[in-house]
Amino acid sequence: MSQQAVNGVSCRGKVLTVENMNPNVKRVEYAVRGPIVQRAVQIEKELREGVKKPFTEVIKANIGDAQAMGQRPITFFRQVLVLCSYPELLEDNKFPEDAKKRARRILDACGGHSIGAYSASQGIECIRQDVARYIERRDGGIPSNPDNIYLSTGASDAIVTILKLLVCGEGRDRTGVMISIPQYPLYSAALADLAAVQINYYLDEDNCWSLNVAELKRALNEAKQHCKPRVLCIINPGNPTGQVQSRQCIEDVIQFAKEEHLFLMADEVYQDNVYAEGCKFHSFKKVLFEMGPEYSSTVEMASFHSTSKCYMGECGFRGGYMEVINMDPEVKAQLTKLVSVRLCPPVPGQALLDLVVNPPQPDEPSYTLFTKERTAVLATLAEKARLTEEIFNEVPGITCNPVQGAMYTFPRITLPQKAIDKAKAEGKVPDMFYCMKLLEEEGICLVPGSGFGQKDGTFHFRMTILPPTEKLKVVLQKIRDFHLRFTNEFS
Amino acid sequence: TSGQCCSMQPGWGRCTQAAGTRQAPGLGESLVSLPLNCSGHQEPSCSHCVGQRGKITDIHYTIAIREWKKKKFKNIHCLSVLIFLCLNSQGVRKSYREVIDVSWGDPHRAGVKPLSFVRQVLAACLYPQLMDGDKLMVDVKQRAQRLLKTCAGGSVGKTSGIPQIIQSVSEYILRRDGGIPCHPENIYITPGSQWALTNILKVLVNSEASPRTGVLIPVPCHSTTIVSLTALGAVAVPYYLSEERGWALEVETLQQALDSAKGVCNPVALYIINPGNPAGYVQSRKCIQEVIHFAAEKKLFLLADEVYQDCVYGKESEFVSYKRALAEIGAPLSDTVELASFHTASKGLMGECGLRTGYVELVNLDPAVMKYINNLFSTNSCPVLGQVALDVMVNPPQPGDPSYPLYLKTQHIRASLAENVRRVEEVINSFPSFSCQSLEGGAFAFPRVFLPPKAIEKAKAGLQPDTFYCMRLLEEAGVLFSPGTEYGQMEGTYHISFCIMTPTDTMEEILKRLSTFHKQFMREFA
Repeated sequence: MSQQAVNGVSCRGKVLTVENMNPNVKRVEYAVRGPIVQRAVQIEKELREGVKKPFTEVIKANIGDAQAMGQRPITFFRQVLVLCSYPELLEDNKFPEDAKKRARRILDACGGHSIGAYSASQGIECIRQDVARYIERRDGGIPSNPDNIYLSTGASDAIVTILKLLVCGEGRDRTGVMISIPQYPLYSAALADLAAVQINYYLDEDNCWSLNVAELKRALNEAKQHCKPRVLCIINPGNPTGQVQSRQCIEDVIQFAKEEHLFLMADEVYQDNVYAEGCKFHSFKKVLFEMGPEYSSTVEMASFHSTSKCYMGECGFRGGYMEVINMDPEVKAQLTKLVSVRLCPPVPGQALLDLVVNPPQPDEPSYTLFTKERTAVLATLAEKARLTEEIFNEVPGITCNPVQGAMYTFPRITLPQKAIDKAKAEGKVPDMFYCMKLLEEEGICLVPGSGFGQKDGTFHFRMTILPPTEKLKVVLQKIRDFHLRFTNEFS
Repeated sequence: TSGQCCSMQPGWGRCTQAAGTRQAPGLGESLVSLPLNCSGHQEPSCSHCVGQRGKITDIHYTIAIREWKKKKFKNIHCLSVLIFLCLNSQGVRKSYREVIDVSWGDPHRAGVKPLSFVRQVLAACLYPQLMDGDKLMVDVKQRAQRLLKTCAGGSVGKTSGIPQIIQSVSEYILRRDGGIPCHPENIYITPGSQWALTNILKVLVNSEASPRTGVLIPVPCHSTTIVSLTALGAVAVPYYLSEERGWALEVETLQQALDSAKGVCNPVALYIINPGNPAGYVQSRKCIQEVIHFAAEKKLFLLADEVYQDCVYGKESEFVSYKRALAEIGAPLSDTVELASFHTASKGLMGECGLRTGYVELVNLDPAVMKYINNLFSTNSCPVLGQVALDVMVNPPQPGDPSYPLYLKTQHIRASLAENVRRVEEVINSFPSFSCQSLEGGAFAFPRVFLPPKAIEKAKAGLQPDTFYCMRLLEEAGVLFSPGTEYGQMEGTYHISFCIMTPTDTMEEILKRLSTFHKQFMREFA
């Protein structure tokens, strides 16, 4: 760093300044890795340096990274991936035949038999075919065309790519994108970056975060006055709220999208994370097709999935895909061109995705262990979801909707007026003030609800349910104790 | 005969059943997963093709070629897919049994083997059980254990740029540049260097500004950057490298570029590729310093694409980083000129393109701007396996480490590369109708081809002359090069580009086929 910068002398004369940089980038924020996480990292550093704190470790319950919180990877997946990475191991008889078979097939599809070669920009062909078959099985036989499948660097990459295609126009014609409040901040960040208009529709907290069409209509009609709404984004199961949409609700959304001529973006990365009794995952595509040709041949849609969540938790591999339905062929040609700028999605992520859509079958050697591990992960998550709801609801001042799915809880917290005033005096949003205090006093890192959006006057935080059960119990107790202390302090 | 089948749509119609199902004996798999960046496929509209399930006959092929020739395709990768399909069929005979694709800078695809040490470390990180027992060397285990410790949870499934790896990268840069300070907080790891470049361009380019933002780019330049620029709404302002002087970058051409931008756009950045791609130059220290002075004077942000910094083989050549050259100029420029420098695990001797990992180092940026850049990069996650490979790249085994002899295989790759360079220059320059500047660095040869007027005439009916040449080369000799048109070149000149990071026998085969083809071609159009 230059001495000028260190001294805080103004960097006049710079080519790139805050005044002339892209104004859209200034609006980009990503709460999940925002200021509170930066402070958490700093505190970890201080702990390592021996600074005394009321805790010995920072528990990072901010990001949906399961393995970072101790979830074990699925053995079969790692076996195939290691065989792909170091094919000499194909001679090693410690690896099961079904793993070797899949590894060989994947390597055959790679340039030079190496996962280090570029693949086609849209993704390796045989993997896209496997993804299409998976979708067909999942959706009871509704056909899926591999040409409509685009593998991507995590689902986020695909989401941003589609948004890029959809955003256009100037002034009052600028594309408006409907997103749920609360939402996953990747969406608001992407919309800010693209200078699209963000149209907020509020989920109903009093009804388990359900979506209702009347609210969609309200939001849309209001938005029509200052922008051109073209897109409706929905996350199901929800992030941060965890709600699993009913089939009726999905039909209503599709109906709404058709009537209002909106492009549907269905973020379904948590499709295997469904815990609550009576809740079931219904894919948007399946419902769309079951509504008949009037809908299935007209409504334009993209649905997204990923290897980062569900029972796999392999965030670091950056595997994902999107399926586009009813996209105009000329637009699709442009999409294909656009994805080529990234060259290709990471090949290990593509390989992993292939395993997720093509797991061990009952007649294969790895089936038993695979099923056991998968069931254990999902069962543990379900138990933690239940436990979290139970414990939080016992705390006066915290109300928690059932965690029906996904990996998070988004409880509402009541903050005393004095606390709200103090926060404002310090220039902080009240729930950020709360979360920062929690971090400093207990070493627990959560993300304030303001990072996700919430109804005015309400406050929340998002916590993941990923720490191991025993640790989670401790975390829940600490938050409970903190909340009571906090309420007391500011009463 | 049903001459009406295979009606080609814009893009490339093909039987979706064919590609990827079977391979002709002896055929490399390279074509199965060719990067197909044409404008998308369409389902063939005739049941005849669908019914054939992989059998494409002479008739299809002839019609397809004729249809394809009629469209003005810039990109000939689609054609190579068709050729693969034809080889896969029983109806078409060719003089070659496999297509050699060297149109991409992808050493693994071209047959270069991955480095064992890298892959062993990846394996140990992926599946720690492998470290029980003696299969893996001690230093492989140590490195894997160190890396696994840095991943919370001990598993390699983590997300953001791993701090300890960023630290390794900063130490590498420090060593490389002879001790010039390098701050980890100025380094961002991304899924590939192009991703980092796009992010930096995003900050620089204000798509709503009037006049539009301009970025100076070299001619020739690889196309990915140009597509990124235009996708962001910026204007690419070309500056021409001087071919006859070894593709030198002369400051006068930079000034000419700026002049050409007047009234068209507002140039804010200067993009440089060193070592070059596709042209195989390595810039001298003197040249780099002149460029830096120019950028400082004209208030341009420097974007230095240095992904081939490990591929330098010219006897008089030395890679000097822009950062180093800037520091050596001294104050006040060394404290003020803003620079972004890009590197990757995709190039160099490791060639791990498919892992998708690169990084950018930012120098002298306004701290207020860095805050926003930090936010922007925080929305990305970089693949963990790629970061592990990057760690090995910047911190390879040293003499004395147990794996050092294994790692020395890189010397073999270097030797092959040097041999390829020698042979390419020898063979190509033996033809009066070719002229190749001395290859000093990078992964490609970019010789100029002097096409006879008759060939140019023939081509003009729908194709750029060098695309026509490359297409014929592909059809008749089964070698896939890229035409100079894809990279830009001086008006009236034609070039071909091919990757030279291949096993030596592959290069021999390529040169043999090229020579035979070239003689025939020149005779035909004499």
